[in-house]
This record gives sequence, C-alpha cells and structure tokens, in this order.
Amino acid sequence: MAERRDTDILFKALADPSRRKLLDLLHAHDGRTLNELCEHLEMTRQGVTQHLDVLESANLIATARRGREKLHFLNPVPLQEIYERWIAKFEKPRLKALSHLKKRMEKSDG
Amino acid sequence: MDRSTFLYVTYIRTTAEKLWSALTEDTEFMKQYWFGVHCESEWTAGAAWKMVHPDGRILDAGEIVEAEAPKRLVIRWRHQDKPELKAEGESLCTMELEEVGGAVKLTITHTMEREGSKLIGAVSGGWPKIMSNLKSMLEGGAAVLPEPYPAKAHA
Repeated sequence: MAERRDTDILFKALADPSRRKLLDLLHAHDGRTLNELCEHLEMTRQGVTQHLDVLESANLIATARRGREKLHFLNPVPLQEIYERWIAKFEKPRLKALSHLKKRMEKSDG
Repeated sequence: MDRSTFLYVTYIRTTAEKLWSALTEDTEFMKQYWFGVHCESEWTAGAAWKMVHPDGRILDAGEIVEAEAPKRLVIRWRHQDKPELKAEGESLCTMELEEVGGAVKLTITHTMEREGSKLIGAVSGGWPKIMSNLKSMLEGGAAVLPEPYPAKAHA
C-alpha cells in the first residue's frame, strides 16, 4: 500500500506542465530560490509555491536553507527507482543505443 | 553561485540504527548496494576515512568531521584516483538521518566550494543509484542494479 501511494503521488506530481518546467529549470541550474524560479513562470508566486509543495511531497525536489534563503534542488532518486523498475532490467543496451543514435542525429541536424 | 552542490533525499522504511549501520561499519552490506565499493573508518569525529574499490585502489580519502550516530555524519572527502578530480581538492559530504513515521528520511548533501566541480558532477550521477539500491535492499532484500552501468557489459 505504501509503495502504491508513493508511486501515485509521484506520477500526479509529474502530470502537470508547470511542474515539469520547474524540474527542467532545476535540472539546468540546481539550488535556486523561489524568486529565481518565479522569474521563469507566468504565474503568481503563490501558484509556484503550491507546485513546489506538490513536487516536494513527491520527493522530486528537496530544499535546504542557506542563511535566510531556501534553496530548491532537483531530487532524482524517485525517478531512478522508476527507471530501475521498468527499464534498466530489460531493454537497457538497446535503449542506450537508440538514445545515442537520436543524440547524434539531432546534433548533426543543428 | 560559487559552489557546486547536490542534495538528494530518499525515504527508507527501516530504522535509523539499521540505516546508520548500512552507511558505516557494515562493510559487507555496503559492498552489495555500493557496487563492490566499501568505506573504511573508525566512524568517529577526527578519524580517517577512505573509500576502497574492489580491486584495492583507494578512490577517495579524507576524514570524519562529525559523527553523531544514528543521525548525522559529515565526511571531508577528497578524490584520489583521477588526477583532474583530485586537483579540485576537498569536498564535504553530509548524511542526515531523520525518523519520519515508519521510515527514515536520508538526506545526502555533497558540496564543493567551486563552481562547476567535476567531482560533484561525477558523484551526483552515482548517488541516486546507490541510494536506490540501499532502499530496496533495506526494504526488500535485493539490490536493483547489481552493477552501476550494466549496459556497458553488452555494448
């Protein structure tokens, strides 16, 4: 039961474009404050705070205080678990080859 | 930012004592979730600390800065094996264990006082795999990934 609840919360947290954008922003540059994140989203400060709360309860982000600032970090551990659960076991060599191919093709396009 | 940091969190359904033991003196258990690697130390403040590869190479070395079992462990951590990583100097790895409901929240923070640290880049890819293995072993009994990069064996 506990596992199912964790997984439900995780996928619900990911099922929103603004929250995925927040994860992308942290992936590009970790350790940002709420103000820094707000600059990139067309949304009220309160809206961003709510999305961050959802992400934190799914354990997709972690926060740390530095002085008066609260810094947000992307936490990849739950995604690693999803990855290992459904991907790593079976198709890893082929998927890796495909992803290399995609990267190379896209690079030569640009 | 003038520093490189990552901050990873996992919740493991175990006790703080068991998790502390898995992170410190239980080297046989450590080898199972840490891809054969283990750490050696007396695990008290001021004690020397090193991380040893299965082939005997010392990968990282340093000292224990703080050890408050089963709550908080701080390691001064310097890479030893690759010259470009060793040149970056010391980093600080903090592990915090906090009982939350029936689980323990494990927070690992690894910081180096320089921007774009290669060491932090290198360890940040490894920690989620280690934490995920640790979680599944403490909760269920088997490591999910027996080796860190299984695809390489077949490529």
